[in-house]
Amino acid sequence: MSTRSVVPFGPHHPVLPEPIHLDLVLEDEKVVDVIPSIGFIHRGLEKLVEKRDFRDFVYVAERMCGICSFMHGMSYCEAVEHIMGVELPPRAKYLRTIWCELSRLHSHLLWLGLLADAFGFESLFMQCWRLREKILDMFEASTGGRLIFSVNKIGGQRRDMDNAMLHGFVEKLGGLEEDLKGITSTFLANSAVNSRLKGVGYMTKKMAQEYGVAGPFMRASGIARDTRKLGYDAYGDLNFEPITSTEGDCYARTQVRVRELFQSIDLIRQAVAKIPEGPVAVPIRGFPKGEYMVRVEQPRGEAIYYVKANGTKFLDRFRVRTPTFANVPAMIELMKGCRLSEIPMLILTIDPCVSCIER
Amino acid sequence: MSLFTFAKTEFHNLFSRPVTEQYPQKPKQFKERTRGHIENNIDLCILCGMCARKCPSNAITVNRAERTWEIRPFSCVQCGSCVENCPKKCLSMCQSYTRPGPEQTARLLRKPQPAAKPQPAAKPKFSAAPAPVGKSAS
Ligand code: SF4
Ligand code: SF4
Repeated sequence: MSTRSVVPFGPHHPVLPEPIHLDLVLEDEKVVDVIPSIGFIHRGLEKLVEKRDFRDFVYVAERMCGICSFMHGMSYCEAVEHIMGVELPPRAKYLRTIWCELSRLHSHLLWLGLLADAFGFESLFMQCWRLREKILDMFEASTGGRLIFSVNKIGGQRRDMDNAMLHGFVEKLGGLEEDLKGITSTFLANSAVNSRLKGVGYMTKKMAQEYGVAGPFMRASGIARDTRKLGYDAYGDLNFEPITSTEGDCYARTQVRVRELFQSIDLIRQAVAKIPEGPVAVPIRGFPKGEYMVRVEQPRGEAIYYVKANGTKFLDRFRVRTPTFANVPAMIELMKGCRLSEIPMLILTIDPCVSCIER
Repeated sequence: MSLFTFAKTEFHNLFSRPVTEQYPQKPKQFKERTRGHIENNIDLCILCGMCARKCPSNAITVNRAERTWEIRPFSCVQCGSCVENCPKKCLSMCQSYTRPGPEQTARLLRKPQPAAKPQPAAKPKFSAAPAPVGKSAS
């Protein structure tokens, strides 16, 4: 029997810009055990809800993470809106949907770039981020921020997008779609890339169910569950099906995310075609009292937001279950038995967001 | 098949302009809605302190006794909450970003002493943001 050695992975590691620490117990090349430790960037944002006016807390909620920031803010607002019985104007719902899908595009493109970087394909990484930059420009033009939008408020949106802007975006997305086809074919059809992805980190459907994983990580193992199908915001009016794959390995996860890119573009097209005219916000009165749980589909999977309000301007409790938090246990399990060189692929294909886990 | 893709990308890269902006030579073009930094028209400001209370990152300090309004631009997260809540609408979100610097400086604006009315001087106690004034202002 060979001797065991422990290789520390992180908290600072080139494949992941965020701090997560793993102690990898190795027998030669093989990983036999993984001991994770998290908590490097815990900021106590959930506790802050007791000190901030519930209307201002949306600025804090959207700063939990820079990638899903729009959805964090939006879901917090939706939870409070439900408690207060506020019915959103339809245009606000469509705007939220459009920004959600743009966020998904930017998140998946960021992730594709990071994946390319992790298997050492620098120019592909740059191409992905070049395309992502176009989405960020759209964000800046429509909201004023590149990552943190600050357009959500309780009762609607702070900003509107006029029709010229929306159609301009759709046109730009058409061009982007062409570029994406070229780039994503490299991920899916290039033999060198495939050799790093295929057969790595295989997760069965049963295991996905047992570990309660979320998002593309789950859908790549053949479970067709997408929280957008609940029909929140304008998703009920749009026509789409969850994207799945049955292969369950790193390649399948890449494939699911790549196809979701095109799905998002399609959803934005549908939403822009259907968006009704009207106000984008309704005034709110009084303070919330009660509790509510909101589920949304973030780029990384299903996120759950719990809000408990006591009838004053400070809330009692705000709790977020982020998708990465649900995916980490399964990731740890998948790592056992694989080779050290496959660890970066495995970590990346769950698309981890450590800021989200630790809040 | 994939070799051909790379060749196309290569040629495209050889004969196209850089995607990145040549920043210091070419000044950055901001979008109309860009949230860059906060400016205060201190002549209109009534030092009510609403902006300081609404700021999620406590970047603003209002001192009524000294008649000063201070912002720490390096703490500001450009959320726009202060602009939205200012009763006199004297705050504005400007497009250019805060300039980087060797240290995290604050910007202090001082409101000139009122010429005619002498009575506010008789209010010694609170230095920061008393609530009643905010109410009367809105
Ligand atoms: S809210 Fe407006 S008027 Fe009041 S102190 Fe701030 S800048 Fe001045
Ligand atoms: S923009 Fe936001 S963070 Fe900046 S000073 Fe205003 S309220 Fe504070």
